[in-house]
Amino acid sequence: MLSNLIGVLFDGVAYGSLLFIISIGLSVTMGLMNFVNLAHGAFAMVGGYACVVVMTRLGVPFLASLPIAFVAAAVAGIVLERTLYRRLYRATHLDQVLFSIGLVFMSIAATTYFFGPQQQPVQLPEFLRGQVHVLGLDLGAYRLFLIAVVIVITLALTWLIERTRFGAEIRASVDNQQASAGLGINVYRVFSLTFALGSGLAGLGGGLGIDVLGLDPTFPLKYMVYFLLVVAVGGAGTIKGPLFAALILGIFDVAGKYYVPQVGAFVIYVAMVVMLLLFPHGLAGRRS
Amino acid sequence: MRTSNVVSRRRFLASLAAAAAASTSQLAWAADPLKIGLILPLTGPFASTGRQIQAACRLYIARNGDTVAGRKVELIVKDDTGTSPETTKRIAQELIVQEKVDILAGFGLTPLALATAPVATEAKVPMIVMAAATSIIPTRSPFIVRSGFALPQATAPIAEWALKNNIKRVVTMVADYGPGLDAEKAFVKRFTEGGGTILESIRTPLQNPDFAPFLQRAKDAKPDALFIFVPSGQGTAVMKQFADRGLAAAGIKLIGTGDVVDDDILDAIGAPALGVVTSFHYSAAHPSPENKAYVDAFMKANNGMRPNFMSVGGYDGMHLIYEAVKKTGGSSDGEKLVAAMKGMSWVSPRGPMSIDPATRDVIQTVYIRKVEVQDGHYWSVEFDKIDNVKDPGA
Repeated sequence: MLSNLIGVLFDGVAYGSLLFIISIGLSVTMGLMNFVNLAHGAFAMVGGYACVVVMTRLGVPFLASLPIAFVAAAVAGIVLERTLYRRLYRATHLDQVLFSIGLVFMSIAATTYFFGPQQQPVQLPEFLRGQVHVLGLDLGAYRLFLIAVVIVITLALTWLIERTRFGAEIRASVDNQQASAGLGINVYRVFSLTFALGSGLAGLGGGLGIDVLGLDPTFPLKYMVYFLLVVAVGGAGTIKGPLFAALILGIFDVAGKYYVPQVGAFVIYVAMVVMLLLFPHGLAGRRS
Repeated sequence: MRTSNVVSRRRFLASLAAAAAASTSQLAWAADPLKIGLILPLTGPFASTGRQIQAACRLYIARNGDTVAGRKVELIVKDDTGTSPETTKRIAQELIVQEKVDILAGFGLTPLALATAPVATEAKVPMIVMAAATSIIPTRSPFIVRSGFALPQATAPIAEWALKNNIKRVVTMVADYGPGLDAEKAFVKRFTEGGGTILESIRTPLQNPDFAPFLQRAKDAKPDALFIFVPSGQGTAVMKQFADRGLAAAGIKLIGTGDVVDDDILDAIGAPALGVVTSFHYSAAHPSPENKAYVDAFMKANNGMRPNFMSVGGYDGMHLIYEAVKKTGGSSDGEKLVAAMKGMSWVSPRGPMSIDPATRDVIQTVYIRKVEVQDGHYWSVEFDKIDNVKDPGA
């Protein structure tokens, strides 16, 4: 029974880690740039398909395809930010929602046209398959890998935002655009790069997630709720908030499905309601 | 593989456009064409169903000529996106009122077929259900004839096979939607009647991101086998995690209906599917000259896309229509056509099949198959069969 519990916790943390990687970019755009981007999942999908394409057509190994997924989604992010998103920074939230949900549907149609509606395959390298035996527990090798990736990314992001000049420029641009511009910060460039970073992380998450979440053209719509949950519960604009939120949601989701499969899928919504009642601004929200 | 897929899509669209152009130019000359309104999900989450059936219908016309009993066959293909019963119903009404179609065909999912049934009854137009697989469908209109399969028909045989092969304790895991619940019911009924024990029945949400917790629960129950039914796209994830989570290593067999090892995606699933035992009415590896010719022609015409169980539903649906029109001597009177279809029997690429004159549902051989590698590709290879299976759920 105890080993079950530890197994469930482990799976939950791994699942939460994946949600975190994909959603952290959304937390950045929503919290720092105050832009409601429902099309965030589309960038994750771009990363996923980039992974699949370079793996199946060019024979690139899985690990090497992950940076490519990051770059592909980041480039897509920068292009769309420069051409489309920028125009809507000052628009109302409703306009932003309508615009980005439109992008979601376009991305679904385009992906179906080019890749077909079916699930895409991913071949993991042998050392990430199967289970690892640790202290009498069977832990999925790939899930261990996911957790490791998230630890690295969280540390790197925290360092980037809190310790570097670029991070300071992001925070300054968000707090007061005019003053930052007056101090010589190129606010537009900072926003473009921030957007690209968020999109790139989503792409990386999309690539990492193929094996767990699957990948088909409806990906951005199917998981939109999960990404929004993480950001809503965690509070937009921070790293710690979404991290805790993603881990809590992941654990509740897995535990709910394991222990009470009859209502399993419902458990995370209860968790969300409870947490939003307790922390209306998110676990670590910035108040704007 | 991806490249060919993209190319095939473009060529396919180009050939579609050409076919559409050709059929409109012929329309002007044909005196009284036999119009078939084919309603399929060609976009959206169930697009692969539509693609397969459309390709099969066109192949049937290509192989058997576009004239039957002196009437030119005209296929009018409409996309209903597969998600909205109201849309399917409206398209069917438009086809009948504006295009004056003689026959309705297609229907990717149960709710779509159910919504359209009253339209067929009212207009007295035969409605050939090629894909939707719930038992109740043919009871909803005296004009419905099914050419595909009924889910319980494909499910009950795997329960019998399990009982015969020393599988005593089973956990079932099905997607929580109509067909999943049908499959669970059919399997549990047959399996427990035969003396087997169901340790647990797990239902997974339809939009399910992660099967890990459910599979872990199944593993901890220590069954002899896990019976699964999930929409075909999700089968990949289940089989992968089944292998990765060590259920296979723990001696648990994976059994189910053939949807999870859909021929269309079996090669893409690859190694995790090896050894999965399923029961189904069609495998592209079915060893018969009819099927070999069918698979070769299908793959040639569709850039290597392998025909799956949906495709034979379409192919045999067209066969039903052709043979019925031959029997009526070219008349497309709805009641005469349905009467002609009742009791008809023939050898399809899937094997021998017939239409039950009482229920208008299909009676066919159901095969027990195991996924194996042959010539570098993955196939469901048949090793046992049960003849003349009627839908036990009807």
